[in-house]
Amino acid sequence: MMVEKKSVSRIVFEIINTLFMLLLMAACILPVLHVFCASFSDAAWVLGKSGVIWHVKGFNINGYKLVFQNKDIFSGYMNTFIYVVATTALGMFLTVITAYAVSRKDALFSNFIMFFISFTMLFNGGMIASYIIITKILGWYDSRLAIIVPSTLSAFNLILVRTAMTTVPSSLEESAMLDGAGRMTVLFKIVLPLIKATLATVVLYLVIAQWNSWFSAAIYLRNRGKFPLQLILKEVLITGDTTTTSVNASDYAGDTAIYKQLIKYCTIVISTVPIFIFYPFIQKYFEKGVMIGAIKG
Amino acid sequence: MSKKYVAGAVVTTPQKKFTKAKVKRDLRKNAVVYLMAVPAIVFFIVFSYMPMVGLLMAFQNFKPNLGFFRSKFVGFKNFTDFFSSIYFGRTIRNTLMLSILDLVISFPVTIIFALLLNEIKNIRFKRTIQTVSYMPYFISMVVVAGIIVDFCASKGVITSAVKIFTGSNQNLLSMPSYWRPIYILSGMWQGLGFGAIIYVAALAGVDQELYEAAAIDGANRLQQCRHITIPGISSTIIIMLILRIGSLMAVGSEKTILLYNPQIYETADIISSYVYRKGLLEFNYGYSTAVSMFNSVINFALLMISNGISRKYSETSLF
Repeated sequence: MMVEKKSVSRIVFEIINTLFMLLLMAACILPVLHVFCASFSDAAWVLGKSGVIWHVKGFNINGYKLVFQNKDIFSGYMNTFIYVVATTALGMFLTVITAYAVSRKDALFSNFIMFFISFTMLFNGGMIASYIIITKILGWYDSRLAIIVPSTLSAFNLILVRTAMTTVPSSLEESAMLDGAGRMTVLFKIVLPLIKATLATVVLYLVIAQWNSWFSAAIYLRNRGKFPLQLILKEVLITGDTTTTSVNASDYAGDTAIYKQLIKYCTIVISTVPIFIFYPFIQKYFEKGVMIGAIKG
Repeated sequence: MSKKYVAGAVVTTPQKKFTKAKVKRDLRKNAVVYLMAVPAIVFFIVFSYMPMVGLLMAFQNFKPNLGFFRSKFVGFKNFTDFFSSIYFGRTIRNTLMLSILDLVISFPVTIIFALLLNEIKNIRFKRTIQTVSYMPYFISMVVVAGIIVDFCASKGVITSAVKIFTGSNQNLLSMPSYWRPIYILSGMWQGLGFGAIIYVAALAGVDQELYEAAAIDGANRLQQCRHITIPGISSTIIIMLILRIGSLMAVGSEKTILLYNPQIYETADIISSYVYRKGLLEFNYGYSTAVSMFNSVINFALLMISNGISRKYSETSLF
C-alpha cells in the first residue's frame, strides 16, 4: 500500500469500526463468561442475579460435586468417546478408499459413481423413510450401529478428499506402480501423505459432527447406558430433568431449586471444556476446510 | 499385477467410450479401483437410495408390521390431508419466514462484517477478532439451546433486559412473537464469525494493486469498496446466495425441536419439526413421509432453479 495521509473521515471510521469489533467480541464472549463464572459462584446469588454475570462471587465447587454424582454424565462421556472414535476411524477409511476410486480418471465408471454419490446431496428420502429403513429393515433400533454407521460417509467429505487427490501428480503414482506397488500401497504410501491437511479437515468434520450429535441418539436409542453426552445434556438443560442429580443432594435438601440452575451451568462447563481445550489447535483446519469446500462449491 | 497397468497407461480418448471390449478391459484393469468403491456404493444405496424408495410410504397407509409391500395404497390422500390441514399454511409460512429473515438479515450482515474486518489493518487484532467471533460455532447446539432457555427464562438475562422496555418478565420462549428474533439472533451469534471466513478468504484474494491504481485515480474508500472489493468477491457471494435460495424451504429441525413448545407452535412449528412430530412421536408414518416428500421436491426444484438462473446470468454455478 502507498503511504497515504489519513483523512479525518478515515480516522473516525477506524475508531467506530474498532469499537464495533470490540462490542462484537463482547457479545460472543459474555454468554460464555456468564455460564463459566456462575458455575463457580454462590448458588443463591446466581439465582437472584438477573443481569450478566461477569465475575465469580463466593467461589465454591458445590455444583460440580453434584454434577459428578450424576453417573449419566460419565457414561455419556464414555459413549460419546466410543461413537466419535468409531465413526471417525471407519469414516476416514471409507472416505479415503472411495475418494481414491472416484478420482481415477482412467477408470470408465468413476464419474458415474461420483454422480451416483453426489446426487444424494440434491435429493433425499427424508427423516421418516431413513428411520424406517434403519429400524425395520436393518433392525438397528437401540443399537450403537445406528449412531455410528450412517454418519461415516457423506458426499460432501468425499468431494473434499477427491478434489485434493486430483491435485496429486499422476506421474508419482505411475512410477510407483511401475516399481510394482499395488493400488492400496500407492494410496496409503504416496497419495495420503500429500493431502494430510485435507484429511485433517475431514477428521475434524467427523469428530465435531459426532461430538455434537444428539438427534439420531434420541430417535434410535432406548437404553440410557448407550446415550451420548449431548443427549444427557439435553435432558439436564432443556427438559429440565435434574432429578437424577438432585436426589443425591440430600445435604442440600430444600435447596434443590437453587441448585438446579447451578447444576445446569456446571454441566455446560463440563461438557464444553474439551472443545475449548482443542479449539486453538483445530481452528486453522476448520478455516482451511471451509475454503476447500468453497473452491469446489 | 503391474503389467496390466502398464498396458492400460496408454488410454486414448476415442469417439466411442463404452464399447463392449473397452468396458471389459476397463473392468479387468480397474477391478481393484471398483472394489474400493463397493462399500460406499452399498452405503449410499442403503442410507440414501433406499429411503428414496421408502418415499412410497407417502402413498400408503403405512403400517410397519405390514411393510412396504402389504401396506394399503391410498393414492394422494396423505398429500391432500396435509394441503387441507391448518398445518400446511402455518408450517410453510414459518419455514419461509425463518429463511427469508436469515437471508435479508444474517446474510448481508455476515458480508458487512467481513468487509469491516478487512479494514482492520492490525494483523494481531484481526486474528483475535476472528478467533473470538467463531468460537460460538464450536459450542454444541444442545448447549446453545440450553443457554437460550436459561437466558429467556422469566428471570433470565435477556428477559430482564426486555423487561426494561415491556415491563413484563414472562418467559420469552412462551410468546410466539419472540420466537423469530430469538431464532435469528441466536443463529447469528453462533454463525456470524464462521460464516465470514469464506468472505475473508475471498477478500484476501483481491489484487492489492487495484486499490493503489484506484487511489491514484482519486477514488475514495467507499468507491474502492464499490468498484473493486464487491466485484472481487461477487462470485463467492453468488455461490452463497444460490445455496441459501436453494435451501429456503430446508430449515433443519434440531434447534426448533430443542426450543419450541405447544404455546408457540403458531410461529415456531416448521415443516421439518412437524414431520418429526407426526412421524416419530405420533407414528403417522405415511402422512409425515408425504409432508417430507413434498418438502424434498420443493427443495430440489428451488436448488435447480436458482442454480440455473445463476448459470445463465453470471457464469457462476454450483454444478
